Amino acid sequence: MSYTFQFGVVAQYQDEILTGIWLTIKLSVLSIILGSAAGVVLASMRSIQGGTVRFLVDAYVEIIRNTPFLVQLFIVYFGLPGLGLRVGADTAALIGMTINLAAYSTEIIRAGIEAVHKPQIEAGEALGFTRFQIYRHVVIVPAIAKVYPALCSQFVLMMLASSICSAISTHELAASAAFVESQTYRSFEIYIVVTLIYLALALALRAGLALVGMWLFGRRVARQAMTVLPEVPA
Amino acid sequence: MTLRTFGFDEFGFLLQALHWTLLLTVIALIGGGLLGFAVALARTSSVQAIRFAAGTYIQVIQGIPVLMILFLSYYGLSLAGFELPPLFAAGASMTIYTSGYLAEIWRGCIQAVPKQQWEASESLAMTRLQQYRYVVLPQAGRISLPPTVGFAVQVVKNTSITSIIGFVELARAGQLINNATFQPFRVFIAVAVLYFVVCYPLSQLSRWLERRLHA
Repeated sequence: MSYTFQFGVVAQYQDEILTGIWLTIKLSVLSIILGSAAGVVLASMRSIQGGTVRFLVDAYVEIIRNTPFLVQLFIVYFGLPGLGLRVGADTAALIGMTINLAAYSTEIIRAGIEAVHKPQIEAGEALGFTRFQIYRHVVIVPAIAKVYPALCSQFVLMMLASSICSAISTHELAASAAFVESQTYRSFEIYIVVTLIYLALALALRAGLALVGMWLFGRRVARQAMTVLPEVPA
Repeated sequence: MTLRTFGFDEFGFLLQALHWTLLLTVIALIGGGLLGFAVALARTSSVQAIRFAAGTYIQVIQGIPVLMILFLSYYGLSLAGFELPPLFAAGASMTIYTSGYLAEIWRGCIQAVPKQQWEASESLAMTRLQQYRYVVLPQAGRISLPPTVGFAVQVVKNTSITSIIGFVELARAGQLINNATFQPFRVFIAVAVLYFVVCYPLSQLSRWLERRLHA
């Protein structure tokens, strides 16, 4: 093998790559905000109302969790125009990511809600809390605090999965990489660099989410959210 | 000229492509299982350097997109001078991806075996190998079944990403048919249904195993 690596080429396309990074960050942050908000609402609806609502929420969660993100994107981007809804690639990516993340966060928050002890709710009643107060202070906030580390992992996975949006011509980081590759034919170099950028983004996102966790739920939850891999005793 | 419509023949083509999706999943689970098992053992090794190396491997794999693993294996293999069909790049990348996650899942399972079991087997003068073989792994294996089946669902879904390098599995077949029929909604819903038919029973199986384990 006589191949000379030329990483200098990649640096020439700095602006192109920065544009990609920026869209990846925008898509990730927006979908995290929208997806987790939808997750809180759906998980609450399903726990408060039984019957049809619960069935519909569960069906939505199962359908999304058992089909590939790529196919969901195809349906949003290529399928919706057939129903008269034309969306651009960026919007389609955001819709796809939000729909996907909403299902996963609903499932995670549901587990948190189910882990709330019943005596806690009774204690809230005994203290004269209204139903809304009980739901807010005893059920939903502690539930989210409990599953916050799992949510963070899911957010990071979503950020990484946003690379798949390049398949529907969303011009995020992976698409930038493909563009530079097509211009320079330095495939390996560019993909190494972009892979490292994703790794850095994943670590930065985790740190950012830990800060948010500290602000919302305190130090202990933040520390759990930060630990990607637990320390292993010998 | 009339356009083809999405009929039985087209659905048959999707079913054929589903075979490739399943084959790729099996390759990923076997290859990734073997590699992941080795990494899981390394993560629980008594040598600190080995633990650190295995931890770094897991952290890197879990910190980069599957798509990047795919591109790096695709271009890396051709750079190394191999002219291989996409199946090899697809299989290699899925194997690497699977190993990074299974290693961490199984590491957890090995450490979920109570410490007393290690101590008891040590007091029976078992070697480290015997401890793993007769005491720890059989118990860890039982615990690992539900999350492993659950992760298999992720593998099935993520094989769809290999369509991006032109490997004709289910998602790619859907694209090809869409190009011929121009009925994207129907085609991709059919593709999604096929994925669901494979994934949903696996998800339920994982849940059932989980309940049985804790029963």
